[in-house]
Amino acid sequence: MSTSTTTTDLVETKKSGGLTAAASNYIDERTSISTAVKELGRKIFPDHWSFLLGEVALYSFVIILLSGSFLTFFFSAAMTPVEYDGSFVPLKGVEMSAAMSSSLDISFDIRGGLLMRQVHHWAALLFVAAIGLHMLRIYFTGAFRKPRELNWVIGFILFILAMAEGFTGYSLPDDLLSGNGLRIIDGMVKGIPLVGTWISYLLFGGEFPGEAIVGRLYSLHILLLPAIIVALIAMHLLFVVVHKHTQYPGAGRTNQNVVGYPVLPVYAAKAGGFFFIVFGVVMLMASLFTINPIWNYGPYDPSPVSAGTQPDWYIGFADGALRLIPPGLEFVWLDHTFSFNILIPLVALGLFILVVLIYPFIEAWVTGDKREHHILDRPRNAPTRTAIGAAGVTFYAALWATASSDIIATHFKVTMEGVIHTMQFLTLVGPFIAFFIAKRVCLALQKKDREIVLHGYESGRIVRLPGGEYIEVHQPIDEYERWKLVSYSDYKPLMLRPNAQGKITTGQKLRAGMSRWFFEDRIEPVGTTELERSHGDHH
Amino acid sequence: MAKDDNSGKDLAAADSSGVGQEGAPAGTVVVVRDAVANPGFPPHRPRVTDVQPSAERRAERTVYTLFYLSIVGSVFAIAAYMAFPIIPEDPGSVRTNNLFIGLGLSLALMAIGIGAVHWGKALMYDHEGIDERHPVRGSEDTRARAVEIFQEAGEESGIGRRTLIRNSLIGALIAFPLPAVVLFRGLGPQDDNPAALLSHTMWKKGTRLALDPTGTPIKASDITLGSAFHVIPEGLQDLEHGKLEEKAKAAVLLMRLKPEDLNELPERAGWSYDGIVAYSKICTHVGCPVALYEQQTHHLLCPCHQSQFDVSNHCEVIFGPAKRPLPQLPIAVDSEGYLIAQSDFTEPVGPSFWERN
Repeated sequence: MSTSTTTTDLVETKKSGGLTAAASNYIDERTSISTAVKELGRKIFPDHWSFLLGEVALYSFVIILLSGSFLTFFFSAAMTPVEYDGSFVPLKGVEMSAAMSSSLDISFDIRGGLLMRQVHHWAALLFVAAIGLHMLRIYFTGAFRKPRELNWVIGFILFILAMAEGFTGYSLPDDLLSGNGLRIIDGMVKGIPLVGTWISYLLFGGEFPGEAIVGRLYSLHILLLPAIIVALIAMHLLFVVVHKHTQYPGAGRTNQNVVGYPVLPVYAAKAGGFFFIVFGVVMLMASLFTINPIWNYGPYDPSPVSAGTQPDWYIGFADGALRLIPPGLEFVWLDHTFSFNILIPLVALGLFILVVLIYPFIEAWVTGDKREHHILDRPRNAPTRTAIGAAGVTFYAALWATASSDIIATHFKVTMEGVIHTMQFLTLVGPFIAFFIAKRVCLALQKKDREIVLHGYESGRIVRLPGGEYIEVHQPIDEYERWKLVSYSDYKPLMLRPNAQGKITTGQKLRAGMSRWFFEDRIEPVGTTELERSHGDHH
Repeated sequence: MAKDDNSGKDLAAADSSGVGQEGAPAGTVVVVRDAVANPGFPPHRPRVTDVQPSAERRAERTVYTLFYLSIVGSVFAIAAYMAFPIIPEDPGSVRTNNLFIGLGLSLALMAIGIGAVHWGKALMYDHEGIDERHPVRGSEDTRARAVEIFQEAGEESGIGRRTLIRNSLIGALIAFPLPAVVLFRGLGPQDDNPAALLSHTMWKKGTRLALDPTGTPIKASDITLGSAFHVIPEGLQDLEHGKLEEKAKAAVLLMRLKPEDLNELPERAGWSYDGIVAYSKICTHVGCPVALYEQQTHHLLCPCHQSQFDVSNHCEVIFGPAKRPLPQLPIAVDSEGYLIAQSDFTEPVGPSFWERN
């Protein structure tokens, strides 16, 4: 919303010369950067706290790159055995890998080294968490709908890559905990039919643990994975620019406009400032709270392990899935071992990931809606989608909590078996309960919205009528608030009709069934007729 | 109300919240004929800094104070780097170094951030702007031209006509990455067979059982009732190469139970010595060390995934995801009273793998 006078002023200052103008002119004549400024400088971004989640993810990635680059200057990705001779007295003289020894040096002999290690680790934990919450925001508001389905896929791949980055980084110090993590990976890989033994053998460069794995994970961690992540983030953001940001329903906002603040100056200040706030918070955590104290664990040794071991939080769901398997699911058949105690978790998690990945396409197929959607749904206005999301979150949460089954058991003084059996129940049945509750809550909230639109909100003012009757006065809401409650898309179940050949295909039957499941319970938005009628009742 | 249709093609345009893209099917959406109209933007509400000059001045003061404070934080961090050095062998100095450099940097970063956001929210022009959206797809002209370009390229190269060229090129492109796959064979040593390696450990007839990690041999008389020992084969600590690889297979737990508590299999008669039994410490689930021994119940617990093994019942699985019992190491006592292995394990230890049978 620039005024034309300021623009002309700017141009005139440029003409009048000065260092900035000369520099701008120099660069523009070689890069055409004025085009980019013209296109992007006043680009509008809508404002909402939930849009910050993706920013947190982006910023923590930048923090990870900065702190990680510092760490690479000191870290030695070799598993050659050395005798530790650093400042940490309890481990002096202990044989360990060069990787572990250099990690200890970063922590105890380099000023600010521990700080950077902790910044790196805290930022990594925040990175995955922020991506996860950002994805939930996208899901529950329907921001994955056309034209953003592909960006959902890119974002989801980024989520997987972030976990891979986390796991490879976690394994690098070659301490007892990370070594046990790798041992579990080795065991899982070996459980894969046909190729598992060989994959493990090649991955570890021979028998577990070998002397190769840290160097290999290091290549992945600092070169291959970051390169892919940077490329995908660039695509992800490019699509945000191409599509323009979604916005929540609000008065004056339509599917054809974007309402908000321009990049220059307001977004530059707010988003740029937010980067420093995120960085500052991570820095504060790193200065006050210890994370991953590898010196307490000691170097990796295949024999010892401490009770209550936990992976970093984002690997918890996979670890929990392993714990939930009941005994006895492994068979020898045709002279080969089939480890269903490993295959079931792998396949179940693979399917879960696949469903999340392709959900936008499933929903698009069910609704048949090929229009672009730029106004976000309030979660209550898509009850079945919200309920599916609640079921998915419950499934994930149950697996995740199971990764702490031993800690739950010791902390609350309950039996290990009891915890596992409870979690088995919650993993399988919990999602259905969550689906049912979430759907009913959505429908109830939609009904409440209708009620408020038609009859106003409870004002809290109690009036005694002449006849002695007490009533609470309901105040009508203004038209701007009302718009948020009535402007949503409502779908109804697909009606099966024969196609041009007079046939009803199986695909159509399936789609009709899904459509019925999605939309049979629905609350229509209030229309003007109903609104006027209700006003007539009251006045 | 709209008609439902399989293709959705003959539906009316979508409701007021739908895009007005000509011809894009709206699926099973319900068109509300009497939809409430969008009331347009609500009136702008000025901020307190817009109406009160004193509030505006205060906000300005806050912002530049924060920026100055950030400089203080950066200077403090540099000073802390020098004032709180790491003193060798003093962990306390690491803590203060970490804390004060970190606090200085936190202040430097957060003050910039909060100052900039406050500037943006309280002082910058706060009227919202509007951008128009256009359909993401290219215009009809652009799309037509794109199709045309591909057609022209197809014509000019003849890729559609010259099928031999096309097919041989596709074949070549499929074949050329294959050597890369072969190259990855080099990730593991060339001449070993992993399944064979997994089937043997360092234990052989006569190897003494030694304490982990010192490597001191163990006498049967040292093992008191109810105790559990972490055991490695004697000589493991002296290995030049492959120490951890051998340990990852050969680690053993040694426990002494009352002989009457032991329920031994007939084919394993003589594998124990006076109530002393030795079992592989490597979990048969995914290979964690089964390190926790419950003396009262004679149960072994894997801390990773909570598989439980009953030592009195030849370590069979009583709970958890593991399937197979922990393999037993047959033991005996040599002439000097030291515990020795009768042989290697009779089956592969550790996690299951495909070739295991």
